[in-house]
Amino acid sequence: MSGPLLEVEGLKVHFPVGKTLWKPGATVRAVEDVSFTLEKGEVLGLVGESGSGKTTLGRSILRLVEPTGGVVRYDGQDVTAAGPAELRALRSKMQIIFQDPYASLNPRMSVRDILGEALMLHGVGSRADRGARITALLERVGLPGWAADRFPHEFSGGQRQRIGIARALSVGPGFIVADEPVSALDVSIQAQIVNLLSDLRRDLGLSLLFIGHDLSVIEYLCNRVLVLYLGRVMETAPVGPLYTRPRHPYTRALLDAAPVAAPGGQRERIVLTGDIPSPLAPPSGCVFRTRCPFAMPACAEAVPALREVAPGHSVACLRADEIDLASR
Amino acid sequence: MVDISPSLAPPRARRPLGQAVARFRRHRMAMGGLVFLVAMGLIVVFAPFFLPYTYDGQDFNFIGSPGAMSAQHWLGTDELGRDALTRLVYGGRVSLGVGLLGAVISTVLGTAIGAVSGFYRGLVDIVLMRFTDVMLSIPTLPLVLLLSTFFRPSPVLLIGIVGGLIWMGTARLVRAQFLALREREYVEAARALGAGGARLMFRHILPNAVGPISVAATLAVGTSIMMESGLSFLGFGILPPVPTWGNLLNAASAWLGIAPWLAIPPGLCIFCTVLAVNFVGEGLRDALEPRL
Repeated sequence: MSGPLLEVEGLKVHFPVGKTLWKPGATVRAVEDVSFTLEKGEVLGLVGESGSGKTTLGRSILRLVEPTGGVVRYDGQDVTAAGPAELRALRSKMQIIFQDPYASLNPRMSVRDILGEALMLHGVGSRADRGARITALLERVGLPGWAADRFPHEFSGGQRQRIGIARALSVGPGFIVADEPVSALDVSIQAQIVNLLSDLRRDLGLSLLFIGHDLSVIEYLCNRVLVLYLGRVMETAPVGPLYTRPRHPYTRALLDAAPVAAPGGQRERIVLTGDIPSPLAPPSGCVFRTRCPFAMPACAEAVPALREVAPGHSVACLRADEIDLASR
Repeated sequence: MVDISPSLAPPRARRPLGQAVARFRRHRMAMGGLVFLVAMGLIVVFAPFFLPYTYDGQDFNFIGSPGAMSAQHWLGTDELGRDALTRLVYGGRVSLGVGLLGAVISTVLGTAIGAVSGFYRGLVDIVLMRFTDVMLSIPTLPLVLLLSTFFRPSPVLLIGIVGGLIWMGTARLVRAQFLALREREYVEAARALGAGGARLMFRHILPNAVGPISVAATLAVGTSIMMESGLSFLGFGILPPVPTWGNLLNAASAWLGIAPWLAIPPGLCIFCTVLAVNFVGEGLRDALEPRL
């Protein structure tokens, strides 16, 4: 099978709000026309501030949230058009790791039940060898085998996150959405989980969509980054160029917002003020223009197309060529 | 890769249930209520085997008007010469039985309707919840009056009626629980693994709603004992000669002026039992849903 493992084309997720029998209500455009591809073994970072649609995008790829439009293909198979039986089969290939390890494990089920259910649902292994598989899975994520007979509340946040990862791995997926898997953890634990994900990618050839807002974690773990703002892709590039030579003012603002250990050095920064606009009524044209220091009248007229400015580096900004953002 | 914090000792299962039991046992009124209910249950089930009279056996020495309390008849006799204590104990069997089974029906019905409503949302939810509203707005007594003109009240029918009239609160509660729990990440994780609706509902959501449901079920026992007693008191429930606490009270009311000892025991039984049930319910709530 040649071609990318995962293809996303023009994905849209809209939510109707305030609709009643008598009035039509409005539409939240959580994800608007997002396209990207992901190779086998590749880690794509998804960044953007709160409310930019990162989580919704991740979930709509797995159809945990139904996309309103667009196509998702996994290994050539159309995920968006899959019927219930096909979708069930796809669930063993596409998995998810959640942000909050305290909410993502059923408190009434032992670890053995949690992992065993996943194996059972996809008929992995016979009844007899599931015990051995569960032990192997736990060891794979760095937990001892006897953890199987414990309940989630007996574990720390980092350990719970490992159980969540084991659950995602149990069905042998090729692609995992990691929805801010370290945001709820202590910094010291974050490094362990990030390293675990990195090892798994290397050893199992997993592809990851890593959602996060810690840019240093993204830089360490990911091959490529997708910058999302109000549900739209602002910029996508390999990690190196994106960090050294961002082309979109929003990417630059995100990078500038991260603290840098540079004693004495005064930086020229783009500082965003205010909140992300409401996705109920996004600005016309470029959605970022209301907070962009380089905005001009033309930005309000049409949605800027994502265009390639360097190999593998695309940006959706009218002025990408004239403004220089690299000087930092 | 192996980096386990030392806080994890070797296996020793401590389930959340154990903690709940410990919390319940510290709740004095709930424990008192539980002891009372267990004692009442034992008396009602086993005492008839030790009593010398049957509930409809008459002592012709005391016929015509109520007999006073005596060594033979501890709680006196009614106007037909039947032993009041015996009838009280048998009445407890019926009242507690109807109360318990009515609560079971109410809980099963309420949980099923609430679960489907909260899980599927949308049109199903709207239809079921409007039906619940309709049921809530039907005045109970006129409905029961109407039913009693068509059917001769039997214990089974009464259980059905009681259960069918008090499930609405449980349904609303369970619906709210399901609406909240279905959005939990562990439910989403199960969905991401391809779990079907039934599995999500019964394996992932329902076990986590057991706390509030069992509280509601306990309180429903109190409500259905009250309702059975009320209906029997008004003559629409279980009919004499089968005694229940409710119709004993009804029969005694005619003699309240001259023989108050007939009315007080069944009234006290209803009062104390319902109170005990509510204490237990409160204790369960505190034990299963620690909010503080």
